[in-house]
Amino acid sequence: MFDLYRPGTSFLHRLPAGVKVLLLAVLGTLIFLVDDLAVILGFLAAVLALYPMARLPMASAWNQIRPALWILIAILLAQGFINGWETGFFVTARFAGLLLLAGLLTLTTRVSDMVDGMERGFWILKYVGINPAKVSLALSLALRFIPVLATITAEVREAQKVRGLNRSIIAVAIPVVIRTLRMSDEIAEAIETRGYSH
Amino acid sequence: MNTKDIVYIALFAALTAALGLFPPLTLPAVGVPITAQSMGVMLAGALAGSKRGGLALLLFVVLVAIGMPLLAGGRGGFGMFLGPSGGFILSWPIAAFLIGWLIERHKGETPLVLSMVYIAIGGVGVVYLIGVPWLAFAAELTLTQAITGSAGFIPGDLVKVVLAALITRGVRKAYPDLGTRS
Amino acid sequence: MLDNINLTLSERRIGIIGSNGSGKSTFARLLNGLLLPSEGTVTIDGLNTRKDGKKIRQKVGFVFQNPDNQIVFPIVEEDIAFGMKNLGMDKAIIEQKTTEVLGRYDLLDHRTHPSHFLSGGQKQLLAISGVLVMEPKYILFDEPTTLLDLRNKLRVAKAIADLDQTAIVVTHDLDLLADFDRVIAFGDNQIIADDTPAVAIKSYVEAMTDV
Repeated sequence: MFDLYRPGTSFLHRLPAGVKVLLLAVLGTLIFLVDDLAVILGFLAAVLALYPMARLPMASAWNQIRPALWILIAILLAQGFINGWETGFFVTARFAGLLLLAGLLTLTTRVSDMVDGMERGFWILKYVGINPAKVSLALSLALRFIPVLATITAEVREAQKVRGLNRSIIAVAIPVVIRTLRMSDEIAEAIETRGYSH
Repeated sequence: MNTKDIVYIALFAALTAALGLFPPLTLPAVGVPITAQSMGVMLAGALAGSKRGGLALLLFVVLVAIGMPLLAGGRGGFGMFLGPSGGFILSWPIAAFLIGWLIERHKGETPLVLSMVYIAIGGVGVVYLIGVPWLAFAAELTLTQAITGSAGFIPGDLVKVVLAALITRGVRKAYPDLGTRS
Repeated sequence: MLDNINLTLSERRIGIIGSNGSGKSTFARLLNGLLLPSEGTVTIDGLNTRKDGKKIRQKVGFVFQNPDNQIVFPIVEEDIAFGMKNLGMDKAIIEQKTTEVLGRYDLLDHRTHPSHFLSGGQKQLLAISGVLVMEPKYILFDEPTTLLDLRNKLRVAKAIADLDQTAIVVTHDLDLLADFDRVIAFGDNQIIADDTPAVAIKSYVEAMTDV
């Protein structure tokens, strides 16, 4: 599983998943109401400070930024030339702060706890005519099959390499999709034989 | 919504995630890296249909939101939606739904060129319609600036439209009784 | 398209063999209600696959060929719990039975691990576990060892041999069936042999060599 969770016992680790998600959503929205560069920089510093407070290594903070580095630099430069460096830093700092904030959630919460938290909230879906059990099953199935599809993709690429076709997106995608669809019949059968009824 | 539908939804969400693992291609003319991942949107709509395709991408978005590093480049987490590319990703469920809906509306089998048009309407049209304004908002740009900044990705996206249509046709040939209805 | 099948299965270990497309997989799926007969009925202990689907699902477990396609949950213990949850079993009982069955197949160390990281053989054992905890009376196997390497084939073969339940096994692996009570051979959607393993397999092999 791609769990980015880093085990720990800090106060952030012990906060319930639902609370953290809510806080993230609220803070993430409120931050867009801020206009002042100083406040944004303060926000960024505060979030960064939470990392050592949660006993998370600073390397993990950097890991939240690294995948988006390209976008951050692009935006910084674009804004720098269009509207000036202050705007550039403002936008970049805001985005970096949000990434780090979201990173805190990811690093201190197990995916399974988040899924459990969501499932507890699923009962609301009944009022919108959605069956919570189906949503829960779909979630688990997706999590289960992501690594499987990744493996299938790798296998198909290997097989196509022999024919020199491993760089052709079509030559790889068609077999992968076909295999995926073929799996679906058996998976549905397996689910039904385990007593799941719809 | 039967068991098979739920499996389809989960699998196409997983497929979109797996597509994020393809290395990005750089189109020599434009110099902008394009990732295969948004093809997941197009394939989900074209192969699983409007309802299942849309829900598959919704599921994908939820998985990214809870922190799974499923976006191309190993990115994920709620922060992505609050950033410049957030609108693009959030548009994906709607795009997949629209593509499926357009193809389903079409009586009989959709000819290749027309399927490309439908896929483009959803996979490029809707995506940019939602993604660009959000980009402007999150990156403090004017709409014009946001459009200009995004324009470089359009040729790559159009290539993806063609690829998605060809892949869809190839899959349907092998799976003729692939129903888009449950 | 299977035609004109009229059988009573009451032995403890039944093997089903046949070449691909001979109808054996269809036959297996008729036995637990995954497929319904267009004519006639399939009854298990008095239950009709057409009417008593839910009860039959609990009574007749099914283990599929591809281990990957029958593991539904990302974590091992979650997957085992799935069938029991669907049957409405108590949380404590689910815990206990999970421990039991994982211990039986030497998978306890993997209890909280991602299912993806298990070997093919372990996944197949996990699949069998998920079915066993539902306390079926009969278990159908559709080519359970075909995709496994020799070592894992032997593991699964032993697991099947050790089952208390009645096992009906569709397979290409003729070695699996040596100690079985009855073997039915399919060919061209017909039954071409129905006897003890030695006799039925011999007829089957002869029929295959004639073609």
